[in-house]
Amino acid sequence: MDIHILLVDDEADFVETLTKRFRIRKIPVASAGSGADALKLLEEQEFDVVILDVRMPGMGGMELLRLIRAKYPLTEVIMLTGHASLETGMQGMSMGAYDYVLKPADFDELLDKVRRAAERKALNVRAQSGN
Amino acid sequence: MIESSGYTKLRIKMILTTLGFSLIPLLILGFTIYRQFEAAHTAKIVQHLNHITENKRRTIDLFLNERLSQLMAIAYTHKLEYFLESGTLERVFTLMQARSKYYIDLGIIDQDGNHVMYTGPYQAIRTANYKDQEWFDQVQAKGFYISDVFMGRRNYPHFIIAVSRRDGDRNWILRATIDSDIFDSLVQSDQLGANGDAFLLNSESILQSKPRFGAKLLGKMDLGSYARFPGVRTESITVDGKPYLFGLTWLENKNWMLAIRDDPAEELTPLAHTRSTVWIILAGGFLLIAGGTILTSNTILSQLLESEREKASLNASLTQSSKMASLGKMAAGVAHEINNPLAIIKEQAGWMRDLLGEEDIKASPNFKEFADSITKIEFHVTRAKDVTHRLLGFARRMDPVHDDVNINEVILQTITFLQNEARYRAIEIDTNLQKDLPYVASDPAQLQQVCLNIIDNAIDAIGKDGNIHVATMAVHDPDEVIITIKDSGPGIPKEKLDKIFDPFFTTKKVGEGTGLGLTISFSIIQKLGGRLKVESEEGHGATFIISLPMH
Repeated sequence: MDIHILLVDDEADFVETLTKRFRIRKIPVASAGSGADALKLLEEQEFDVVILDVRMPGMGGMELLRLIRAKYPLTEVIMLTGHASLETGMQGMSMGAYDYVLKPADFDELLDKVRRAAERKALNVRAQSGN
Repeated sequence: MIESSGYTKLRIKMILTTLGFSLIPLLILGFTIYRQFEAAHTAKIVQHLNHITENKRRTIDLFLNERLSQLMAIAYTHKLEYFLESGTLERVFTLMQARSKYYIDLGIIDQDGNHVMYTGPYQAIRTANYKDQEWFDQVQAKGFYISDVFMGRRNYPHFIIAVSRRDGDRNWILRATIDSDIFDSLVQSDQLGANGDAFLLNSESILQSKPRFGAKLLGKMDLGSYARFPGVRTESITVDGKPYLFGLTWLENKNWMLAIRDDPAEELTPLAHTRSTVWIILAGGFLLIAGGTILTSNTILSQLLESEREKASLNASLTQSSKMASLGKMAAGVAHEINNPLAIIKEQAGWMRDLLGEEDIKASPNFKEFADSITKIEFHVTRAKDVTHRLLGFARRMDPVHDDVNINEVILQTITFLQNEARYRAIEIDTNLQKDLPYVASDPAQLQQVCLNIIDNAIDAIGKDGNIHVATMAVHDPDEVIITIKDSGPGIPKEKLDKIFDPFFTTKKVGEGTGLGLTISFSIIQKLGGRLKVESEEGHGATFIISLPMH
């Protein structure tokens, strides 16, 4: 099963490395350095999972999350936060994020969460088409 | 804290001020009372002395007047011829002596000074002629004469009273000699007291009566010279180096001064008595006031010290809280900024690990070195992450949940987490939990974290072999639940005691502790509305005390 991931973070090195790590595992990843870029990419193609940094210059992760949930309700979002607080994560989840991961994240944990998010998306899609 | 020397100075100042303000009025009062008494007493003494002096003067004047009147009556009721008859004078004298036995003799002197008739024991003076004597002229001129006391031919202290009668162209004189002892008995009396004295002085300060003390009859008694004055005078006169109070008065009929010396004991004894009473009252008052002052100042000072101590501990806890708050903000900022580069390092290392799977690298002779290096990078990134996450945990603002918490359960649960570790190190954890402990509105997860931190620290502090004692109890006023965690570890040195809640303060080896456990515990308990305190003495373990409000 192919999972289409969009990685949104303003840290270029982080995005680059993470992209490489997904790709070596044969998981296609697109990346955006800002909220605006991410929206552009979302318009162009469909993504299963968006990995979203909470803190970015310009449009913040929370705002982007709200837009994604409104426009693409089937797309699952995993929040990445440098604020090791439950608060931010919980807030994100209450706004419809699938889960959250604390920076610096363990790659395997992240991958695991991405897979589960993709599964849920697939389930949702199936449920929707079933109706 | 104010230094103790400052308190000593304050105490001395307080005591001296209070003593001054209390003792000065007391002394003034004592002095005034004594002075008033002295004045009243002296006035009484003087009055008494005046009274005695006046009485005695009257008695002596009366005596002299009576003698004079008697002689005059005798002289004027009979003619000279009557007395010249033999036996007449003896009869008259016997009659007179019947009235007053102090008469020594009686004689008739004619106008030429010849002793014409005499009756009495001194027959030798029978033929004497008094024409050239001073008293003879005086009695002729004034009609009567009273002499000073003298020894005379009789060689016995006496004085004379003479009256002259003019009978036609003839003059004759009736003269009586009187034993001067009469004055001694008239002057002295019980009224004088044990040490008082009384005597008569003529104008030359020669004693006319025997004083009880000091000089003899006809000796000199110098009381200073006093011109004749009316009434009684009271004078303080120094005799033989001692001051005495004298009542002085001049006789009416004779140029003699009566002097009454007050009994000094009578004057001084009540005064001495009063003085000692005043001193005893003053001393008693001083002791009472001094005791009261010391007691009061001690009470005030200990209250002052107590409030100073409370203020200091309040200040300390306020300082600690504000230190925590600003450190928390800084820590959160730093942690967040470090997390991003940490994330990148971690991913880079991960990427390198991914690449290690490639065939050509596997063949490299340094493959194992690369793999170890990456493992170490990952390990230490995780370590750094632990620190930043804890820092953020400490700094994060979150409203604690307020559930009804059974503290005993939280503690027992916490102990089960640590039981294995403790058993492995031969540390016994025992509990003394109050059975009906009231529930506390608090956050169980956070409380558990605090207990975990403290008990974990205790285990680390003990190392091996020891025990940890956990107790809970409810107290009232204020209503609180107290948790005490006491360990048998080495204790905390005094200089480190006030630092143990500071962030990054740790006694553990590098890599074993972050120095944040107690800091976080402190801020958790504070957010829950309670207090976390530590009591420790080096070598005697440490006791952590958590007080949580019940409501």
